[in-house]
Amino acid sequence: MSEKVLMKGNEAIAEAAIAAGCRHFFGYPITPQTEVAAYMSKRMPKIGGVYLQAESEVASINMVLGAGAAGVRVMTSTSSPGISLMAEGISYAAGSDVPCLIVNVERGGPGLGGIQPSQSDYFQATKATGHGDFHLLVFAPSTVQETVDLISDAFDLGDKYRMPTMILSDGLLGQMMEPVVLPEPKDPTDTKDWAAKGHEGKRPHNVINSLYIEPSVLEKLNFERFEKYEKIKETEQRAEEYLVDDADVIIVAFGASSRIAHSAVDMARKQGIKAGLIRPITLWPFPEKTIRKHIDHAKVFLSVEMNMGQMVEDVRLIVADRKPVRFFGRTGGVVPTPREVLEQIVKLNGGDY
Amino acid sequence: MSKVMGERPKALLDVPLHYCPGCTHGIVHRLVAEVIDELGIEGKTVGVASVGCSVFTYNYFGCDMVQAPHGRAPAVATGVKRARPDNVVFTYQGDGDLAAIGMGETVHAAARGENIVAIFINNAIYGMTGGQMAPTTLPGQVTQTTPYGRDTSVAGNPIRVCELLSSVNGVALAQRVTVDCVKNVKAAKKAIKKAFEYQMAGKGYCIIEVVSTCPTNWGMSPADSLQWLRDNMLPYYPLGVYKDVGEEGEQ
Repeated sequence: MSEKVLMKGNEAIAEAAIAAGCRHFFGYPITPQTEVAAYMSKRMPKIGGVYLQAESEVASINMVLGAGAAGVRVMTSTSSPGISLMAEGISYAAGSDVPCLIVNVERGGPGLGGIQPSQSDYFQATKATGHGDFHLLVFAPSTVQETVDLISDAFDLGDKYRMPTMILSDGLLGQMMEPVVLPEPKDPTDTKDWAAKGHEGKRPHNVINSLYIEPSVLEKLNFERFEKYEKIKETEQRAEEYLVDDADVIIVAFGASSRIAHSAVDMARKQGIKAGLIRPITLWPFPEKTIRKHIDHAKVFLSVEMNMGQMVEDVRLIVADRKPVRFFGRTGGVVPTPREVLEQIVKLNGGDY
Repeated sequence: MSKVMGERPKALLDVPLHYCPGCTHGIVHRLVAEVIDELGIEGKTVGVASVGCSVFTYNYFGCDMVQAPHGRAPAVATGVKRARPDNVVFTYQGDGDLAAIGMGETVHAAARGENIVAIFINNAIYGMTGGQMAPTTLPGQVTQTTPYGRDTSVAGNPIRVCELLSSVNGVALAQRVTVDCVKNVKAAKKAIKKAFEYQMAGKGYCIIEVVSTCPTNWGMSPADSLQWLRDNMLPYYPLGVYKDVGEEGEQ
């Protein structure tokens, strides 16, 4: 399957998951991720997989928890309000160390919000997807091809670290069509010795659980989980750098807004402004190392997001007070234009922070 | 010479149970474990523990166990069963878990005819949190959150789960039993065994409701609790088979 095919972002998510060996999908309809589920409902029965429409997002994430606990590659996809409903189950999956893939094709919020693209679930994805001390590995693709590639990585790393992973897409990436090369199909072997799949009389029972009544035991488990998170922070940060080595004005943008920022950087360069782009590919762990490398030579950082300013807080944490960190964003489903971003670059380049 | 009259079933681990004296959970655990032993399925069984007093069942049953969020055991069990159709999957849920917060998951798992068994403990109260009103609390029953007795005009009416589920296509077996005396314990075991056998035959969703006691939160001795169960619970929750698709399956 090395030829290029034209695919819609949402359908590419589904096909990439199948290629990664996922045969279990549980979901509930919501715009703008509908095509993921529709595609799965068509494909899964033909390849011996399971597609099941649950009665709610609450049920679908718990079906994911059950299938993940039983040791298979499993996923769900939803959009912003659906993630809020899944918060409980995601926390249980994290607390029970059950790998699973959650796709969020973000839409505008809060509340029922809108159905147009947004990035306003950054906080939710990276800081507090549910109750308790935990993180997800969060990937933010910016093209359909990258979505395909990251789905495969998300499954592999989720299994490696025994934790839930998230693809943070949005209505723009989900709905656009781009040429993609799908990877060779994988058949992950059934090697999860920890799973609840029947002990066959060969070992003591496995218990998939997140309840620990004794505080010192729960604390110890949380310490261990955070040691794992520290390792992940060290090894799994990913970011793309575009024209940043000599840049004065450095934009930080992910996903759909990074595409716009990319165009704005090109426009600025044509005007002789040294603009560059750092594009986080992992949102958790946040690519601190990449940003840190450029603090010395940058004059100013600009976080461009489709929300009211969320990732900018993480950029500020790293840059601290060493350089100004500014924000530009549109929200509610409004997508910023390259020209709007360019105006910000020009202003900042002129020293108007 | 002393003689062992009844050994611990193999599917029940040799650990002390945390239940209060007189609580019927212990009896029901034993029945489930005996059935698992008799069917020789411990090695392929996955149990799903719920939230409430029975949360620690994952420490008691010898089969693999998954602990589900409150009310979500039917969804978690669905995930396990769909991932591993050759496994035998059961949930063990209380009345708050199954009939309040988890009613949606319960009805839909039933309607899908999920091949799982639900062991449903109905003792008309939330035990773990200290005796609050449950969806099965009887009219007039005093609990921590119905201190003047359950006023149905304010707090609603108790739900008869087996009757409700008997109308749902996909349910293979819905039976209400109790464990207040030897005769009923035997009948309860027979029902639980039938439910597991139905699952293994692929018949669909099976629920065995066990009318149970909570001496601690009812504020009674174990013996008085059993009598209260007979006098008050059984008239509202009559024992019996509410649905049984039998040998032929759903018609």
